[in-house]
Amino acid sequence: MPRLSAAPPYDKQSALRRVRNKMDNNIEKRIQGLTDRLTYARDIFAGKHEEDIKLLEEKLAVFVGRAQRGELADPYNDVVALEELFAFVEKRLENAVTPMDMVRIVRHPQRICLRDILENVYDNFTEVGGQDEHSLDPSMLIARAVITRRRGKKTYTQSVMVIGQEKGHGAEFRNGGSVKPWGNAKALHYMSVAETEGIPIHTYIFTPGSYPIEDYPGAAQQIARNIYGMAGLRVPIVAVISEGGSGGAEAIGLADKRLMLSHGYYSVISPEGAAAIEGRLKAGQRATPELIEHCAGSLKITARDNLAFGYIDRVVQEPPLGARPYHFDFFRSLRQEVLRATDEVVLNHRKWPGFRGLAVARVRNPEANLDEMHIRWGLSAAAKERMVEHRQQKFLRLSREAAIDNRPFMAKNMAALQDWLITPWMHVKYDFFRKHQRKISTFMEEVGNEVEMFKNRLLSPWYKMTRRLPGRQAEDKAQELTALSTWTDDSRRSRWNYLSPRYKIDRTLTCPNSESYGCLDLWGPDLFAEFAGVCSHCGHHFPMEPEWYVKNVFDLDSVYEFNSEIEAGNPLAFPGFEERIAEAQKKNGTKSGCMTFEARIDGIKMVVAMLMGTFRGGSVGAAEGYKFVEAAQRAQKKRYPFLAYVHGTAGIRIQEGTNGVIQMPRCTVAVRRYVESGGLYMVLYDTNSFAGPVASFLGCSPYQFAVRSSNIGFAGPGVIKETTGMDIPPKYHRSYHALSRGHIQGIWDRRQIRANLKQALLTIGGRNLYYR
Amino acid sequence: MINISELLDEIKASPYREITVRTPHTGRVTFAGLKPGQDVLGPQGQWKERPGTLLATLERERNPKPICATEKGILDSIHSELEGQYVEAGTPLMVIRHMLTKDEVEYLILKKTLHLFQAPERAKYYFTPEVDKKIRAADAHSVIVRDGMELMIMSRMKREVPLHYSGPEGVIYAVYFKYNENIDAGAPLIGVCPQDQLPAIQDVIMRVRTEWTEK
Repeated sequence: MPRLSAAPPYDKQSALRRVRNKMDNNIEKRIQGLTDRLTYARDIFAGKHEEDIKLLEEKLAVFVGRAQRGELADPYNDVVALEELFAFVEKRLENAVTPMDMVRIVRHPQRICLRDILENVYDNFTEVGGQDEHSLDPSMLIARAVITRRRGKKTYTQSVMVIGQEKGHGAEFRNGGSVKPWGNAKALHYMSVAETEGIPIHTYIFTPGSYPIEDYPGAAQQIARNIYGMAGLRVPIVAVISEGGSGGAEAIGLADKRLMLSHGYYSVISPEGAAAIEGRLKAGQRATPELIEHCAGSLKITARDNLAFGYIDRVVQEPPLGARPYHFDFFRSLRQEVLRATDEVVLNHRKWPGFRGLAVARVRNPEANLDEMHIRWGLSAAAKERMVEHRQQKFLRLSREAAIDNRPFMAKNMAALQDWLITPWMHVKYDFFRKHQRKISTFMEEVGNEVEMFKNRLLSPWYKMTRRLPGRQAEDKAQELTALSTWTDDSRRSRWNYLSPRYKIDRTLTCPNSESYGCLDLWGPDLFAEFAGVCSHCGHHFPMEPEWYVKNVFDLDSVYEFNSEIEAGNPLAFPGFEERIAEAQKKNGTKSGCMTFEARIDGIKMVVAMLMGTFRGGSVGAAEGYKFVEAAQRAQKKRYPFLAYVHGTAGIRIQEGTNGVIQMPRCTVAVRRYVESGGLYMVLYDTNSFAGPVASFLGCSPYQFAVRSSNIGFAGPGVIKETTGMDIPPKYHRSYHALSRGHIQGIWDRRQIRANLKQALLTIGGRNLYYR
Repeated sequence: MINISELLDEIKASPYREITVRTPHTGRVTFAGLKPGQDVLGPQGQWKERPGTLLATLERERNPKPICATEKGILDSIHSELEGQYVEAGTPLMVIRHMLTKDEVEYLILKKTLHLFQAPERAKYYFTPEVDKKIRAADAHSVIVRDGMELMIMSRMKREVPLHYSGPEGVIYAVYFKYNENIDAGAPLIGVCPQDQLPAIQDVIMRVRTEWTEK
């Protein structure tokens, strides 16, 4: 008979060990669990609370040693005692968790992942957005999940679309939840699927930020599309935030209800990134742990802070030191919370108020077991309308307090009063008068045509006679064809209403392209005056001041600024930031980095919001967002085209934390409301435009243009190198790449902005410029 | 006819190229404090995006302009007497001695001895079946090309066009393209050398490859 397997040679030592080893599998498993808990605690505190961790370590080592030697009379009793000790210490340490510890908690491989949630919170699910590494983007996980609820003896099955980033307990191919542009596109696609099917969407945010590459569809561009899409999605959306890293989080975060796990963070930037900016570090340098800890503290990134700001609706309490996959009670409470949130959204937009109140109260009762209740999640068309409106209004209301509104009391009320008067007047003007005006004007045109014909016939003998006379006309023609153009009629200097003050400096400048194109040096007084900052050889655009555009693009004296009193502040009381804001205000002579005004180009009226790159890099905070939203609303009320002129923006102002990042959905909502009401929203980029604003309210515009030599992107080369480790070719962010990628629609010469804007307004806006 | 051994001896006698750094325009010169004999680097990085070692600064009209090394090498001489002076355009500032690398030497020799037949447009290239058969049977050196001979097929987007050789008669010394790969317009397809020079060239190239020491 053949031997099926080779028996191991007899080993006396190992046999003895086996006999002595009294541990059974259960004990071993529980020891493994405790070891994991110990490593977890050690990792998340990163060297702090050493004595507590040492105590646990020693106790565990003693227990393991005794168990291995078989010295324990009742190992189960002992392991329970040890587990209680662990729980006790963890509970004590819980009170000492700092914001940076929370950052380490959410990044820990033992932290719960989306798949754990799918398995434990939902009753069944099917992954639809790819499987494991075989996915368009493995870091974005999409599943259709079902929840079974009971009422009496009857069971009901409810479907949801679950969308979220998957960190996969540190699996490499998941990229730590950093979603590539096409992953976000996948999310948006399945959101629209859910909209078609009329099922709610639950999004779970587990991302440190988006993967910052510009390949199609482009990181910034796709996030902007996602936010824009979610602002008008006609199904209930509930978002749960564990790790909410800036743009990546916003890509799936614009929800009716936003829940946050108690140990999660929601922030504009990672504490390391903030530390690198605060410490003014160059690429490759590392910030000190103290500085990172300090930044994490001052950015106010925790669930409690964000609840206080109102950017989340509820906090889901986690077990001490954060939820891990074996915390089944936590999953149960999370299930209750997402059910409650979804039920509330649905009920709040039901029609019958009496029933609605009762039902909402029942659902809100914290003691209620929502598994034992059934609320249908379908909504009527009208209810969907109300829900979207409610969602948009909710975001528009956020963060108003974070900006300093210094408008005098009278001005504020006058604005309100004007709104009150303007709205009906605009209705009369556009909805009533325009309709009938068209009929009248058609009639008048026809009459006019007839009169013209009649006049021509009547006067034709006279014309014939005068044409033969030697007149001035021929003379003009001859002069036009023979004479040289003169210096005076070109009005060389007076071509521009505003000259950059740099023209007074007597020096030459080198064009950055001189190596490749052989541009000669440019003399400052020429370059910054007559040349409008454009290299006369290669056309490179040197950056100009925001005033240049205000004075030279729009009709002279047509600019009327409004809301200039709204002031950028320091809502987080970020240490030392007040002085820096004051300095920027002094340097620019403006109160914030966004200037909003009404202006005309050849009589075409419009509302303009200008982000100024000279004010703290053009970063967007609560004040800038406030002014942008106000400008969009003003344009909507007055039915003017709305132009966002981006002189430059470095992104969201990190020192304002979530007060800044919330401007992404907020302003996008404002823009969407404006566009949906029929407005024409155009964006013009200049110099450098990066990050948050491009990935939201700027990037969502259907008509985006750029001035030559501008750079557009999501993250700068330094950040890309830092996060992905990839080297970025020079000129990676040039507007020409954005044009080839389809992000922008055209590139304009600075000297032609006025003409091009007029052309675009007339062709895109058409004759009914203001409203479709 | 070129004497190849002489050419090699010539290169060996001065195994470097001297690059004279001149001022691009008038201006006041400030040297960066380098001494003769010091090493300088050319542009660095994957895309040569980082400029080379700063050699001097030329200032005109309050516009300081850095002058950087364009090649790796050793500083041979510096006209340090010009320090702080206002100089004309084209004034030599210093000389960089760039030691030739193996590839550069090979390129120098082949440039003088080979006729390069270039791709007229971006496409895929194949030899005609007869030529291909010959090359497969022996090697490329066995193929004699004449002016006007139908040598290749140019294939692009389902379009195939015969390509005629133009240039001096000779044998194919080297084939620079691969089948099924796109070749850019202007890139060399084959290098042709006179038949009698073939052994000499091969010999010299072999010697360069084995003996040339890079500094």
